[in-house]
Amino acid sequence: MDGVILLQKQLVDYSTSLYKEGFLDDQFKQLQQLQDESNPDFVVEVVYLFFEDSERLLNELSKTLNQQIVDFKKVDAHVHQLKGSSSSIGAQRVQKVCIAFRNYCEEQNTEGCLRCLQLVKHEYSLVKNKLETMFKLEKQVLAAGGSIPMH
Amino acid sequence: MESCNCIEPQWPADELLMRYQYISDFFIALAYFSIPLELIYFVKKSAVFPYRWVLVQFGAFIVLCGATHLINLWTFTMHSRTVAIVMTAAKVLTAAVSCATALMLVHIIPDLLSVKTRELFLKNKAAELDREMGLIRTQEETGRHVRMLTHEIRSTLDRHTILKTTLVELGRTLALEECALWMPTRSGVELQLSYTLRHQNPVGFTVPIQLPVINQVFSTNRAVKISPNSPVAKLRPSGKYMQGEVVAVRVPLLHLSNFQINDWPELSTKRYALMVLMLPSDSARQWHVHELELVEVVADQVAVALSHAAILEESMRARDLLMEQNVALDLARREAETAVCARNDFLAVMNHEMRTPMHAIIALSSLLQETELTPEQRLMVETILKSSNLLATLINDVLDLSRLEDGSLQLDIEPFDLHGLFKEVLNLIKPIASVKKLFVTLSMSSDLPEYAIGDEKRLMQIMLNVVGNAVKFSREGGISISASVAKSDSLRDPRAPDFFPVFSDNHFYLRVQVKDTGSGISPQDIPKLFTKFAQSQSLAAKNSGGSGLGLAICKRFVNLMDGYIWLESEGLGKGCTAIFMVKLGLRGRSNEAAPIHVQSPCKSWTNNFTGLKVIVMDDNGVSRMVTKGLLVHLGCDVATVSSGDECLKVVNNEHKVVFMDVSIPGIDIYAVAVRIHEKFARRRDRPLIVALTGNTDRVTKESCMRVGMDGVILKPVSVDKMRSVLSELLDHGVLLEAQ
Repeated sequence: MDGVILLQKQLVDYSTSLYKEGFLDDQFKQLQQLQDESNPDFVVEVVYLFFEDSERLLNELSKTLNQQIVDFKKVDAHVHQLKGSSSSIGAQRVQKVCIAFRNYCEEQNTEGCLRCLQLVKHEYSLVKNKLETMFKLEKQVLAAGGSIPMH
Repeated sequence: MESCNCIEPQWPADELLMRYQYISDFFIALAYFSIPLELIYFVKKSAVFPYRWVLVQFGAFIVLCGATHLINLWTFTMHSRTVAIVMTAAKVLTAAVSCATALMLVHIIPDLLSVKTRELFLKNKAAELDREMGLIRTQEETGRHVRMLTHEIRSTLDRHTILKTTLVELGRTLALEECALWMPTRSGVELQLSYTLRHQNPVGFTVPIQLPVINQVFSTNRAVKISPNSPVAKLRPSGKYMQGEVVAVRVPLLHLSNFQINDWPELSTKRYALMVLMLPSDSARQWHVHELELVEVVADQVAVALSHAAILEESMRARDLLMEQNVALDLARREAETAVCARNDFLAVMNHEMRTPMHAIIALSSLLQETELTPEQRLMVETILKSSNLLATLINDVLDLSRLEDGSLQLDIEPFDLHGLFKEVLNLIKPIASVKKLFVTLSMSSDLPEYAIGDEKRLMQIMLNVVGNAVKFSREGGISISASVAKSDSLRDPRAPDFFPVFSDNHFYLRVQVKDTGSGISPQDIPKLFTKFAQSQSLAAKNSGGSGLGLAICKRFVNLMDGYIWLESEGLGKGCTAIFMVKLGLRGRSNEAAPIHVQSPCKSWTNNFTGLKVIVMDDNGVSRMVTKGLLVHLGCDVATVSSGDECLKVVNNEHKVVFMDVSIPGIDIYAVAVRIHEKFARRRDRPLIVALTGNTDRVTKESCMRVGMDGVILKPVSVDKMRSVLSELLDHGVLLEAQ
């Protein structure tokens, strides 16, 4: 019994820190609310979809930005997508970077875009790690027989 | 030896004895021989005699005895030895047989005797059975009679027929001379002869009910024999013959109120009738038990039949009464309807008739205004115009009032200039007041908003009415009007106990007070003021004008505006203050677009969107999944598409809402919306189109609305927001504000 409580506390502390540090925002909480008995793995599914999507987008972005003549429209479209996805799951920091990214796209500032791309990649990998860790913790709690505490 | 039958004349005395013995023996022998012969003869005749052997024995015994006596005849004279031997032999035989017979008889005689006893027993039994048979037959007869009587009695529901039939049938069955029924009178003190069998029209004899004989009969439910001389039995012209036996029985008269559910009626408070039955006077008949029983049973049946008849009478009477009432009600209703129609017609006609000249006056006065006039003339024309406008308003009043009564009046809520309204009122009243040399002052508090939302025309009407009254009833002095915003403490006025103002951000309560220095009103008249057409005596004398409608209409308008109006006066000659408060909307708040209706809001759906078919169009996979998850969580049936074309292909009239992400590049969302509009010609079939967008600037919103979208939602969408959006969409068919 003790082990479960400990794990749960760990989980709660971890998620709280994520919110505090701005990795996740309220939208993620909304997603968690949508998870119920008829849809038990909703959050995980959405998040993994986000990972796939984002990775694809980031690759595209890299490709597009590393061409001789940058098609800013395309870049903008990709960033827009990324912004949309990240805001849908509440990956706040990624979203913020995307906003800045879009501004650079409008200005057609390649340097700025490349910089933003790096930033986005960084933020993305950060949030990915965090989310994966959190999911692992959740699995552990469930395996130990406890339940995920809602907050 | 020779036998000789001749008797010699001279016998010696002892020879006489011998002679007699000789004769006796002879006759004995004769008898002894003839008896068996007789026996044999008769036994042969009868077939049943069981003891033939005994008979033979007996016969032998007798024969031998006879033989003995016969042979004795020879022993009177000298006889030879042979005779003696024969004699001895005969005697011995006789002795043997007779002893044998004696022994036999010991066995037989008891049997014979018992046969006799049995025969006697059987005879008695047969007699008894005969008697019983007779009884049963009589009972069966009685039963048959009762059934027949009951059938006759119960075959009709008419009281009189029942009673008559009873008497007739009873008379017939029992062969009565007279049968009569005495019914209690209304007062219950006497019994009246109501029906008889023989006399067709009984002469209403009455007897008091408290006679001992009657009490005796009433106290038991059996038929009681009474004396033919008792007053109830004196039914026929008295006494040539010995009157037959008379029996009387009570007949309970049951009332509806005697019957309670699950309870038999109490016998103590019952009324009884008396049935008297008289046997024919010249027969020696007596009342038999079965006849009495018959009479009792019949009496009971009659009681039941009578009660049925009574109930039926009651219900028939009630039904007739109801029918009458129905007819009367119907008539009254039709009259009322006619009256209402007549009134409406009258109003409509009068309205029209009055409006036409009014229209002429107003039109021509306005035209006159346009021409060249001197300032005095202009003033006069303006006053005419204003007065005729007022009159036109009065005509509208009358129509309004009837509409107000019906409840079909609706306020026209529009934004208007509040300050301007007061100024206009002032301007209208000033000329009239100055004619009467009265001053008019207006003071508006500083917090009174410049603009308000409400029914300007009707508010003006109220104002004009109140102020007009003030002017009308003042002969000197002046009118002071003050308008302010009601504060919460001033609102709960002890004089307005039923008024419960509700505060909100969007409304305020306008408080207007009109004080005059006129004739005032006595306190007892104040309640009547708001009654239609009612005017107090003193006022009526002074005023030729005024229909009495004004304040009544004012009150109704004020009520419609969620307000309250009342008058105060310290008494006659001490002036009067009219105060009213109405609820007005505040302009400049968020309700600029939506009109406020006075009607009650329509019902909103419960938050049950189960099975609601929607489409989500979004090219971003994650975002699409999230939106879908959201709607699925609320119970909707979601179809997802990622392009406009796909959307148009998939959408059909089962889908209720289409959520479109507006930020899809390369697709003209607006075109999609237009195409959806085109696809569904009828508004009913078309799904509602809602745009999901990341920014709700005016441009986006306007573009959305222009292409016929029904709403705009700002992303990200929370569960609660989506729920309320769906609610509102399904309630109103449109999203009033950007969410």
